[in-house]
Amino acid sequence: MNPRKNGILSLLLVLLCSVLVLAGCGTPAAPATPATPGGDAGSAGEPINVGLNLELTGSSAEFGLSGQNGMKLAFDKVNAEGGVLDGRLFNYISADNKSEAGEATSATTRLVGEDVIAILGPMTTAAVLGSIQIVTDNNVVLITPSGTNARLTVNEDGTVNPWIFRACFIDPFQGEVAANFAIDALGAETAAIAYDIVGDYSGGLAENFKRTFEAAGKTVVREEQFSAGDVDFRPIIENIKSAEPDVIFVPAYYTDDAHFVLQARDAGFTGPIMGGDGWGSGDMVGIAGADNMNNTYCVDFVYIDDPSLQDFVNEYQTAYGRAPDGFSVLGYETASMLIEAVKNAGSTEPEAVRSALENLGEFASISGVMTFDPETHNPAKNAVILEFVNGVREFKQIVAPK
Amino acid sequence: MRWEKNLILLAAAGVFFVLTSILAGRGLISRFVLLTMTQVCIYIILALGLNLITGFTGQLSIGHAGFMSIGAYGAGFIMKTFDVQAGPTLIFFIPFALIFGVLVAAAFGVLLGLPTLRLRGDYLAIATIGFGEIVRIVLLNTKALGGASGMPLKQFVGWGAAYWLMLLSVVLIYNFVNSSHGRACIAIRENEIAAETMGINTTKYKVMAFAIGAGLAGLAGGIYANHMYMIQPSTFNFLKSFEILVMVVLGGLGSITGCILGAIVMTVMNNALGIFPEIRMIIVSVLLVTMMIFRPNGLMGTTELRLPFRRGPFGTKGDMTNGG
Repeated sequence: MNPRKNGILSLLLVLLCSVLVLAGCGTPAAPATPATPGGDAGSAGEPINVGLNLELTGSSAEFGLSGQNGMKLAFDKVNAEGGVLDGRLFNYISADNKSEAGEATSATTRLVGEDVIAILGPMTTAAVLGSIQIVTDNNVVLITPSGTNARLTVNEDGTVNPWIFRACFIDPFQGEVAANFAIDALGAETAAIAYDIVGDYSGGLAENFKRTFEAAGKTVVREEQFSAGDVDFRPIIENIKSAEPDVIFVPAYYTDDAHFVLQARDAGFTGPIMGGDGWGSGDMVGIAGADNMNNTYCVDFVYIDDPSLQDFVNEYQTAYGRAPDGFSVLGYETASMLIEAVKNAGSTEPEAVRSALENLGEFASISGVMTFDPETHNPAKNAVILEFVNGVREFKQIVAPK
Repeated sequence: MRWEKNLILLAAAGVFFVLTSILAGRGLISRFVLLTMTQVCIYIILALGLNLITGFTGQLSIGHAGFMSIGAYGAGFIMKTFDVQAGPTLIFFIPFALIFGVLVAAAFGVLLGLPTLRLRGDYLAIATIGFGEIVRIVLLNTKALGGASGMPLKQFVGWGAAYWLMLLSVVLIYNFVNSSHGRACIAIRENEIAAETMGINTTKYKVMAFAIGAGLAGLAGGIYANHMYMIQPSTFNFLKSFEILVMVVLGGLGSITGCILGAIVMTVMNNALGIFPEIRMIIVSVLLVTMMIFRPNGLMGTTELRLPFRRGPFGTKGDMTNGG
């Protein structure tokens, strides 16, 4: 290839790159009022910007996409009804955090620069941790639909993070619910725990399960660890089997747990296996097989076949052509919390929205009543226990917060 | 002549910095653009280091994120241990933390450099992948460093520090490559046996290249840790190493300006395409494939971008072969 032609081609490539870059940076770069980041007094009719910082790609993409659909449904619904504050409509801006803390920081920074009044998401704990400082510095509220770690809203020294809220119960509650269910409903005397050491989530649930279980005078006979993405669980299953537990608690995400269940059944373990809300999304049954999933239980935020949820399920089905899962419900509830707070506040001023969220009190949402504690920003809400029966999640019982 | 030229370059760098600082201060450059610019600086430092190892010395290394994480956790560890708060003590603690990160990373560079005496090509690449993964898994299981959930940190290093440290790294690498040490490294890349016959201590220079490259990655990691609020092991995975390698290959193995260009293109593209998450990876891959078809040696090949001086600022003495 002659050198001149080469030069022209590379020039073209560089041009192409810069065009792409400009196309990306150019549109959102200029904030309307740089002096008041995060909110404008806003005249009637002006749209209200809301940022959705979600796991659209990467390892937790299933959660992010479900959550995003739920949020969009809530905003589209209120927009169709004429909006809030005398006809102001919600305008949502999505950003992908690739299921990574560093990328969540970038996404939050970008959204904050686009004059959003609130950021909904991320779904996972680590990604929320990467965003806390930026939203606090810029006075933008952040509501995480499913970041269950207790540390997100309350710091280690007991002070509350003023700008961080959540729509879900926290890990300790989930671990407690699972342990109490194992004792009361399954009559377990001994339990084994296998948890994922990647991320706080699984370990947090395991720890609280163990504490509650042992406080009731029962024994945890075996604790095993694995890393998310492992596919061979046979060695730890053998260890667990030899300890002969009444129940196994595996509070990780669905891909790992489905393989775990499949291999545990192959190894001849027929007892009950339990998990957390990480089982609520994805194709557990498809991976593990319907028969193998019999006699397994999970704690979840919602029971999707609950009659009071059917309006939501139908709307969701019509809009997206697929059934919602627990994360869609949480996404919807997160958006509803913000909509309610904006209505209560009567403005989109950052401090007004923040204080309205803090004082939501008892908020009737689609999955039941959520009671917000202004001291911790955590909602008290019902948990449900689901049982897998022939490949279908069936409602087992509701556990009310104490 | 040389002094004048360097002064002009320094002045240009200074003017650019002052300009961006003023614009950022007045809100004309959004926080997101400033963050992107800082990330560009971080990736330039990473690409420079890897370019020295892979581009100039010819040792294929795919464990660069491992060195980066060592630097990040090293610097983060110092900031956490001394519970550094905003205030005048920062003037002491920030350099201390960054230098600590650099030294630890460089020490690991030497450690990893030593086995390269025996390994070549693909085998070395596999060994470096293994190294990167080992570092990640060790961090994942070290509760004192936050384990899997990572280490939350404060933002103490901003755009200014990242920018000047990036320039410092460019000057360091430029001078190294154009010294007799640098020529020895290039000789190893071109033909190791011939280089050895000519009396070059190949072991020494390979280890040297690894140490400097790892040290720079450590510096980039330290800046990252003190800028991004949060470091966690999963950030420094195999894909991150690969991303840095792509920057170097895209820009041109063995070209300083090339790897700078590669780092800028890849980082800006990654952030700019954030609004189209669905098609981002497709665009990036199409671009890379197109690139490799039309410019198999990268954007710059082994040549350097020159400014219109009488004798270019890059490649004056060494003046590498023109790859056109």
